[in-house]
Amino acid sequence: MTDMQKLYLLVPMAPLAGAVITGLFGRKLGRSLSHWITIIGVAVAFFASIAIFNDVKQGHNFNGALYTWMTTGDVRFEIGFLIDRLTVLMMLVVTFVSLMVHIYTIGYMHDDDGYQRFFSYISLFTFSMLMLVMANNFLQLFFGWEAVGLVSYLLIGFWFTRPTAIYANLKAFLVNRVGDFGFLLGIGMILAHFGTLDYASVFSRAPAMASETVELIPGSPWLVISVICILLFVGAMGKSAQFPLHVWLPDSMEGPTPISALIHAATMVTAGIFMVSRMSPLFELSETALSVILVIGGITALFMAFLGMVQNDIKRVVAYSTLSQLGYMTVALGASAYSAAIFHLMTHAFFKALLFLGAGSVIIAMHHEQDMRKMGGLKKYMPITYWCVVIGSLALSGIPPFAGFFSKDMIIDAVRDCQVPGAGFAYFAVVTGVFVTAFYTFRLLFMTFHGKPRMDHHTESHLHESPWTVTVPLILLAIPSAYAGWAYINPLLFGDYFGNAIAVNEVHDVIGHLREEYQHVSSAGIVLRNIASLPFFLALSGIFSAWFLYIARPELPAKIAGRIRGIYVLLENKYYFDEFNDWFFAGGARRIGNFLWRFGDLKTIDGFFVNGSAKVVSGISRLVRELQSGYVYHYAFAMIFGLFVLLSLSGILNAWFVKP
Amino acid sequence: MLGIPLLSLVIWLPIAAGVIVLATGGDRNANMARMVALAGSILGFLVAIPLYTRFNPLIAGMQFVEVEPWIERFHVNYHLGVDGISLWLVLLNCLTTPLVVIAGWRVIEKKVAQYMAAFLIMSGIVNGVFMALDSLLFYVFWEAMLIPMFIIIGVWGGPNRVYAAIKFFLYTLLGSLLMLVALIYLYNQSGSFNILDYYRLPLSMTAQIFIFFAFFVAFAVKVPMWPVHTWLPDAHVEAPTGGSVVLAAIMLKVGAYGFLRFSLPIAPDASHALSGFMITLSLIAVVYIGFVALVQSDMKKLIAYSSISHMGFVTLGIFIFNAIGTEGALVQMISHGLVSGAMFLCVGVLYDRMHSRQISDYGGVANKMPMFAAFFMLFSMANSGLPGTSGFAGEFMVILGAMKANFWIAFLAATTLIFGAAYTLWMYKRVIFGAISNSHVEALLDITPREFLFLAVLAVGVLGMGIYPLPFSELMHASVNDLLVHVAQTKLQ
Repeated sequence: MTDMQKLYLLVPMAPLAGAVITGLFGRKLGRSLSHWITIIGVAVAFFASIAIFNDVKQGHNFNGALYTWMTTGDVRFEIGFLIDRLTVLMMLVVTFVSLMVHIYTIGYMHDDDGYQRFFSYISLFTFSMLMLVMANNFLQLFFGWEAVGLVSYLLIGFWFTRPTAIYANLKAFLVNRVGDFGFLLGIGMILAHFGTLDYASVFSRAPAMASETVELIPGSPWLVISVICILLFVGAMGKSAQFPLHVWLPDSMEGPTPISALIHAATMVTAGIFMVSRMSPLFELSETALSVILVIGGITALFMAFLGMVQNDIKRVVAYSTLSQLGYMTVALGASAYSAAIFHLMTHAFFKALLFLGAGSVIIAMHHEQDMRKMGGLKKYMPITYWCVVIGSLALSGIPPFAGFFSKDMIIDAVRDCQVPGAGFAYFAVVTGVFVTAFYTFRLLFMTFHGKPRMDHHTESHLHESPWTVTVPLILLAIPSAYAGWAYINPLLFGDYFGNAIAVNEVHDVIGHLREEYQHVSSAGIVLRNIASLPFFLALSGIFSAWFLYIARPELPAKIAGRIRGIYVLLENKYYFDEFNDWFFAGGARRIGNFLWRFGDLKTIDGFFVNGSAKVVSGISRLVRELQSGYVYHYAFAMIFGLFVLLSLSGILNAWFVKP
Repeated sequence: MLGIPLLSLVIWLPIAAGVIVLATGGDRNANMARMVALAGSILGFLVAIPLYTRFNPLIAGMQFVEVEPWIERFHVNYHLGVDGISLWLVLLNCLTTPLVVIAGWRVIEKKVAQYMAAFLIMSGIVNGVFMALDSLLFYVFWEAMLIPMFIIIGVWGGPNRVYAAIKFFLYTLLGSLLMLVALIYLYNQSGSFNILDYYRLPLSMTAQIFIFFAFFVAFAVKVPMWPVHTWLPDAHVEAPTGGSVVLAAIMLKVGAYGFLRFSLPIAPDASHALSGFMITLSLIAVVYIGFVALVQSDMKKLIAYSSISHMGFVTLGIFIFNAIGTEGALVQMISHGLVSGAMFLCVGVLYDRMHSRQISDYGGVANKMPMFAAFFMLFSMANSGLPGTSGFAGEFMVILGAMKANFWIAFLAATTLIFGAAYTLWMYKRVIFGAISNSHVEALLDITPREFLFLAVLAVGVLGMGIYPLPFSELMHASVNDLLVHVAQTKLQ
């Protein structure tokens, strides 16, 4: 093992060691030792990732096995790493946000009894997520995929005495399992058709498979690649919360805020986006799959943004925003703009983690009150939090020169140029979404930090800025939220950073077009070009509308809601998805289960066959028993009667058969 | 091999230990009975270890073979051997016995010696089932196995134990009778009771179909396959914890083992012809039982149904006829032994404290028993097939094997990802999570060192096999490939 390979191994193992040590011995170690151990573990992973990043930039990729998980038949399943430019970017994002969240947790979870357990979980999460992004094969990908789901389950239900939390974590796990169901079938199809689960081998054989078809339903041939890609994307829909498997993400806000930032905004939910980008050599071969992705992404981007407009829980606004932004990334994937999707993934990780942690800072100050209707005017009490949230909001709304402006505009431009069916709808969705995004973002900002304070006196008298463990991560996240777009758009998108880590078919190469357009333009030039375009005006008008409705004329929103009662109720009830799922899927499964159990098992199999045959046996034996009465005259009568029957029978038979 | 008859030792040492335990007499000597039983079961495990260390993974055939004439007139031999298919099942059995002895340590207060002896004798007999290569010897072990289990359920069981014990006994006995007929037929055809001779015996399709069904009835009841599964929930609910553990971890495996040892190689053409039928029953087990498990209100019943569903994967893997499916079935068998055993032990831990198995009597256990909650979480996740636990490996392989055969088989099998998580974690939520629901839960105490011991052993197994299953599958390859080659050849003439 070379030094570099040891470094690769160190990245996931350091957080794992932290998780195991604090998980097993947390109580004995005490609080501060526990958080130091896990923070050091994640910090080691972060700095190792930086070293690996510098190495990979020199062109040193790595693809190799760590150990053989199992062999069977002619298949060898391995655990190994693929380190390339895509991987290392994800490693940096994951370890950086994780490190910030670890530090932030010291302040946020300060009074919680499960302090050590929490640190153990988030370090375990970091390990799982790193194994996911560093995988060089589908098996390990699935390992990481489900492991992050497990930790998410544990963390959403972290406060396990709350009924809502343990409802939400079960729901999250099960909805994710629906996605994983598709994902696993996709992996199975890959093994069945490619004979291996190793990325490199699958990708190299993919072009030869491009025109092979399979008839899942006799008579309708489908491209094998299309089936595989759609199944894999079903997995992404679960993990990245795409319509209609989005229902778990808003409820996941029941978990403590640090994990909302880490898992349900910055990293785990982007696993689907990462996965599709990683699989770009497969997805590029299936226009059908790309169309599906465009439409699903478009629906998610727009319709989830609408829901953000009516939420009053500060975390839920950010959660719906996350759904919508994941929709943007998904649209980028469908348009084959993988690098734009990853770019937005990165900027989003920064500013969305920032917004969540900012919301968390507000929540601590408000003594765990999350209803924005009871906030207002917090600006003067919490200036650091306020300014950080402002930066996050500007980035999310797409105002130059903040990070989100660049990444979001590139997605919009890419979809505009996309020719795949469904692109028209997706373009409409992402452009309209810009207005909605800016509106709900600034609605949050105004309702929380501006206007008159609406909290009670007791809370107001205790308002103060959060401790340094909270504000320092905010500031450290605000910095890249501000400049990451400006600084990295050229190298990441137009400088061919990803190289062959991402494959794009020439026919779909929308980023290539943009590259020609922007190649010699500086970041400032991009800003100048794009502030003359429609999305920028939509963003500004969204901010203005929010200002008008929540600062200038705060009595208006209620009136408008009254006017469009029907739509408002529909939005408030999240399109009634939860009700439908509860009734149809959860209730339906229980009804079927009860029917099969009571009618199938108890009545038919046990009642009729098993106990029935026992009853028949005992019934016959009861009859036979009656005959054994013990009285001599009964037996004598039976003998005489029998003799009579036999004699008459022989007489009749003789008469019938012998005589003629 | 130093001349030590290893296999005989693995069979007879636990049985002898059991007899010694019985000799300790009444409950006055209960502690001595416990100590002797523990020593005997650990010794039984230790003597089985050389099977692993000296096993040659390159040999497809039987190893450690012992042959002695038994009833010479009918060419019946005392014939034992182990191959890559039976090796792990024997080891699993030998590991389970000490755990069961420890689990019953403080819990069983009445007739301690008899209880412990029943498990030791049971352990030896089951080893005999897995090792017998003479069909009459196999049949004797097979039927003898019922007796200790019948007693365990009937004596130390719950309120409805007599119904459950008799149902269990009749169900499985009736199934085995047809197998005896088939064995006698095979003896008449071949003049031998040697199972390996049957492998080479040419048989017409009609004969194969009859033989297949005769074996099917015996094995399907044991697995159990839908629709002959209804004895299992009753037996589990009434059995004491140890009985449930052995039932789930070991006894269910003999049915699946029977398919691999008898049905497939003796009637390969019938097995192929009827594979659609077998796959259908297996998939019904996965889906139908998945639904049924969801609505159970009794924890043991729920786990019993989940066992049936998981065993559906085993029979599915066996009848796909490819290496990944068959090895997946074997891995699933071992994993299910660890996981279902652990699940029943966890329920036992709760039952010993609360004397209830009803989910609705619990709620918020994690507040009082955090260490237990962590173990139970691990095993629940393994039961849901989470990667990194043994539960994943077998299911994953079988689904991959099924995908090679047909997309829709894999599709239906993979629904277990959703069902398994739904019924297991929903139960976990209602029992472990939440606020403390009543004063009984309030009074709960976390696991004792004794309970920690057996849960930890199983946790190591479950995690180890999930993270690094290679050592398990490696030892199977030669035997499984040999079996598949054999099954692919027709016996028709």
